[in-house]
Amino acid sequence: MSKGTLKQILLITDGCSNHGEDPVAIAALAREKGIAINVIGILSQNEAYGEHGLKEVEDIAMSGRGVSQIVYANQLAQTVKMVTQKAMTQTIHGMINKELTHILGDEKQMEDLPPDKRGQVMEVVDEIGETVNLEVLILVDISASMDDKLPTVQESLLDLSISLNSRTGDNQFAIYAFPGKKQSIERLMDWTPQLDTIGKVFKKISTGGITPTGPALQEALDLFPERRSKRKLLGEYDEYIEESGS
Amino acid sequence: MMNTSKNPEVKLTPGDIIVGKWNRNQYTILRELGAGATGTVYLARGNRSKVAVKVSHDTLSITSEVNVLKHLSKVQGKTLGPSFIEMDDWVSVKGALPFYVMEYVQGESLFEFMRKRKEEWFGILMMQLLRDLTDLHKSGWVFGDLKPDNLLISGPPPKIRWLDVGGTTMIGRAIKEYTEFFDRGYWGMGSRKAESTYDLFAVGMIIINYAYPKRFDKKEGGWNQLQKAIDQNRWLKKYRAILYKALHGHYSSAEQMREDLLKHYSAKSSVKTTTACRPTRKSSPSVSPPVSQNGRYKGKKMKKRRHMTETVLIFLFLLVFYVVYLMGQTM
Repeated sequence: MSKGTLKQILLITDGCSNHGEDPVAIAALAREKGIAINVIGILSQNEAYGEHGLKEVEDIAMSGRGVSQIVYANQLAQTVKMVTQKAMTQTIHGMINKELTHILGDEKQMEDLPPDKRGQVMEVVDEIGETVNLEVLILVDISASMDDKLPTVQESLLDLSISLNSRTGDNQFAIYAFPGKKQSIERLMDWTPQLDTIGKVFKKISTGGITPTGPALQEALDLFPERRSKRKLLGEYDEYIEESGS
Repeated sequence: MMNTSKNPEVKLTPGDIIVGKWNRNQYTILRELGAGATGTVYLARGNRSKVAVKVSHDTLSITSEVNVLKHLSKVQGKTLGPSFIEMDDWVSVKGALPFYVMEYVQGESLFEFMRKRKEEWFGILMMQLLRDLTDLHKSGWVFGDLKPDNLLISGPPPKIRWLDVGGTTMIGRAIKEYTEFFDRGYWGMGSRKAESTYDLFAVGMIIINYAYPKRFDKKEGGWNQLQKAIDQNRWLKKYRAILYKALHGHYSSAEQMREDLLKHYSAKSSVKTTTACRPTRKSSPSVSPPVSQNGRYKGKKMKKRRHMTETVLIFLFLLVFYVVYLMGQTM
């Protein structure tokens, strides 16, 4: 089987950007490059949903064709996993829908197929989700207010690694923090298949003042290893969707 | 456009009617049974009987669940999950919404049931659960999100049933859905790969949960913490050997764990368990009352049809006789 690679950026932040380019625009750029951007907004214990300026979190994810979620720190582990997997399924679903439209015409998508056929397509989506290779660049906001949340972030990333490494497909993770000391972002861990060694990573962080989310995202886009196009992986599954649903 | 995550959940109220776009079946909503991450389940009235209907905005996960339910109903002679009836789309004001219809399993949750019973029932239900898991694993699937909330005791006779198959995963893949307390990955005691040992870990945690109804948070995690919890509870301590094996993935099949539990209960007091075990055995032939009812129903139909053909034959015979008689008269 020709395996494709899905690329994602997972942005973990607790506030609004206040420096540099508009992150929503950079997210749109990411979409053009075939990289999905997922955003998790972390609330402090005494903060209520909605009262915070976390709307940007949703806007970035929507623009970057990813998934967003706003949570309290104690729900982070499950959320990180859920968001990553949901975004994977969503990307694969998007690609399959494109193929369906291509084959069936008339803007036909999975939702337009009769339920039985839909089940067959879903099996393909599940199968690809299990075997596809995944590259996740984790971008962690380390501005001052994030200080007390970093241990939880670390734990949830370890948990994410357990979940994704239970799949058949290969995984690559990299962890970057922003703002960096000299540049917009700073590398904490280079591409690696497992996050077991993450333990020491967050200790050398000095949390600083500004939140340059836009510039950080922009730099992150160039950090993915060059690979061939992900559309290739669809070729194999054509036989499942030959029959038209109309 | 993909709108898998941002659609607002549609709330249905009792009396609402949903109609399938493809099969044109109609369901009247009676009340809400529960709401989860992937949609809401309602009790509804279908053509003849009460059914459970799950409505969701998330086509992907709902389709995935239907696939699982269909696979489960193929496991021969056993009703493992709720039996699947149909899937369809309901065209509402807000657009097409996928829904699926399944058997309405009536009963109490595991711990609710146990509140009124003697402790030995718990062991029996766990053995029932392990027997069903043996069948499920043999058919190539792992339950995944195994926890008391997903188990229902139907009956009488009491029989453990599974409710939510959202976590049910093909063996070898990554577990789709789980709950932290029952997840071996969370406790740092293994991967989230769908293997029979993953479910058996969860069974172990259900036993621990029975002793600690409020559950507890992870501190240092691993066997160290769980071992302390086991040793600090007098009831739980008796299960230590079984729990050790279940939590470490030492049981190679659910059947092995069931046998150990059976031995444990038999050893405790042989007189008590023989009487206690009988209901389990009794319950197995009546596992699927709806099926046998259906069979009876069909039987009646068949009999009726036979009556009909008999009547028609006699009538024809008389007619032929009469014609011959008439011809004889005219000649």
